[in-house]
Amino acid sequence: MSDRTDILLVEDEPNIAEAVRFILSRAGWQVEVIDDGANAMPAIRAIRPRLVILDLMLPHRSGREILMELRRETDRALAATRVLLLTAQGQAADTARLAEADAALSKPFANDDLRALVQRLMA
Amino acid sequence: MSSRSATHILTGTRIRERRLALSRKQADVAQAAGISPAYLNLIEHNRRPVGQELVARLAAALDVPRAELESGREEARLAALREVAAGLDQRPEPARGGSAPELDQIAEFAARFPGWADALVTLSGQNRALSRRLVSLSDRMTQDPYLLTTLHEVLSAVTALRSTAAILAEGDQGLTPEWRARFHANLDSDSQRLSTTAQALVAYLDSFEADNTVLTPQDEVQAWMAAGAPPLDQATDLASDAARAIAGRHLDRMAAERAALPDADLQRASAEAPDPLAIAQALNRPLDLVMRRLAALRPHGYEGAGLLICDGAGVLILRRAAEGFALPRQGDACALWPLFRALANPQLAIQARVEMPGGAQFETISFAVRSQPGGLDGPLLSAAQMLIRPASGDAPAEPVLRIGPTCRICPRSACPARREPSILQAG
Repeated sequence: MSDRTDILLVEDEPNIAEAVRFILSRAGWQVEVIDDGANAMPAIRAIRPRLVILDLMLPHRSGREILMELRRETDRALAATRVLLLTAQGQAADTARLAEADAALSKPFANDDLRALVQRLMA
Repeated sequence: MSSRSATHILTGTRIRERRLALSRKQADVAQAAGISPAYLNLIEHNRRPVGQELVARLAAALDVPRAELESGREEARLAALREVAAGLDQRPEPARGGSAPELDQIAEFAARFPGWADALVTLSGQNRALSRRLVSLSDRMTQDPYLLTTLHEVLSAVTALRSTAAILAEGDQGLTPEWRARFHANLDSDSQRLSTTAQALVAYLDSFEADNTVLTPQDEVQAWMAAGAPPLDQATDLASDAARAIAGRHLDRMAAERAALPDADLQRASAEAPDPLAIAQALNRPLDLVMRRLAALRPHGYEGAGLLICDGAGVLILRRAAEGFALPRQGDACALWPLFRALANPQLAIQARVEMPGGAQFETISFAVRSQPGGLDGPLLSAAQMLIRPASGDAPAEPVLRIGPTCRICPRSACPARREPSILQAG
């Protein structure tokens, strides 16, 4: 396994973050977690992950705002970073379309669904 | 058709219907009423006007209360039926019945079947009231910050529980005892959290059900303001008479204040110096008036502004939300809002940048005034108002005041002003 972070998880619920990090780490990916929306963009620029898993409701800055700023990045490679949104049931379709995410997953989710979706986005 | 001729049609038809219902001949009734059978025939076919005196005589001849034949009652019934038909027109195509109401026969219908017409009008009125109630409930379900926060809390706890339980159930051979213990502890904390939140949610929904009025008049007025304060005859958010009265007074006051501080003057002054105190001084107007006008006009620099006004008891009597500033239900406001500090410091403008638990910041200016509208012997009244606008990105000179919407959905566990425990984890 390389030292490079594959996935940046932006999630303020510590127990959800811990479970997701464990699931994806056991599947072989390097995962880093931050819990505050205000720190998300600096972290994405510094880490340059292959995938960002983004909760919609975050302190200080919403997942939607973060995604919009990411897509406006002048660094085109960074702007194209793949993003998986974690949403409430019913928000997924609209949010993914409006906010230009690559995929969305409704909470609560099955661990197998999470693994499969991340596998597809990391391919 | 004029209302006068419509009246004749209705009255004539009703006279005929009544006579036929009694199986009496035209000649017989005409004689009793002191007119010729030919003239009665013309009246019954709505070709002659019927004066009040003649209506009274015909009513006596037909042994029916005069009101049953008179026009006013019938006009009201006719107007109500037209309103029913207009309501059907506004519904989507699939929701309408198979045939459109025969508007050209509405007078005939009302005259021949007054009981059914009244039943239809009554049912339509009940339907409109239920629709308003449904819209109010729907608004409350989608906008109530307490409900939204509680449901998000439930969803977060369930998500954590499901993922953690699945990890343990999958029997991962690489799961160390330390990780296993950690996940078990997480299950315990999340199940407790879910239990607490679910109980709070049930209790809240119970109170919801017991609240027969669904929304208070103030809630209705707030929704009306959020919809742009449309004219009262188009205000679907104002279901109760009390709400309409409050809204009417508000519109009157807005008009008077607009006359006292016209839009153009306020636009010009706020462009030169956006500080409300500077505007008040430049225009020689009271600060409280300037603040209310800024919230109403929302000139450059005040886009998305809102205004809260409370009386001396701290009850919010005007709630116009600023964009992103969640307002709790009446009586639940956070005691740390600068609005309440202003009450204790009348005539002193208090500026404060506040931060909600989610991190959103707002610039606020609060100001309280006292008055004695009853003269020297009258009571002393206090009122405070807080002008709120989303904060710019500039760093504030003063420390940020960390407030909340209301205790139950505020995670600031160490807050000295806390009235009751929060359902949220400490942040």
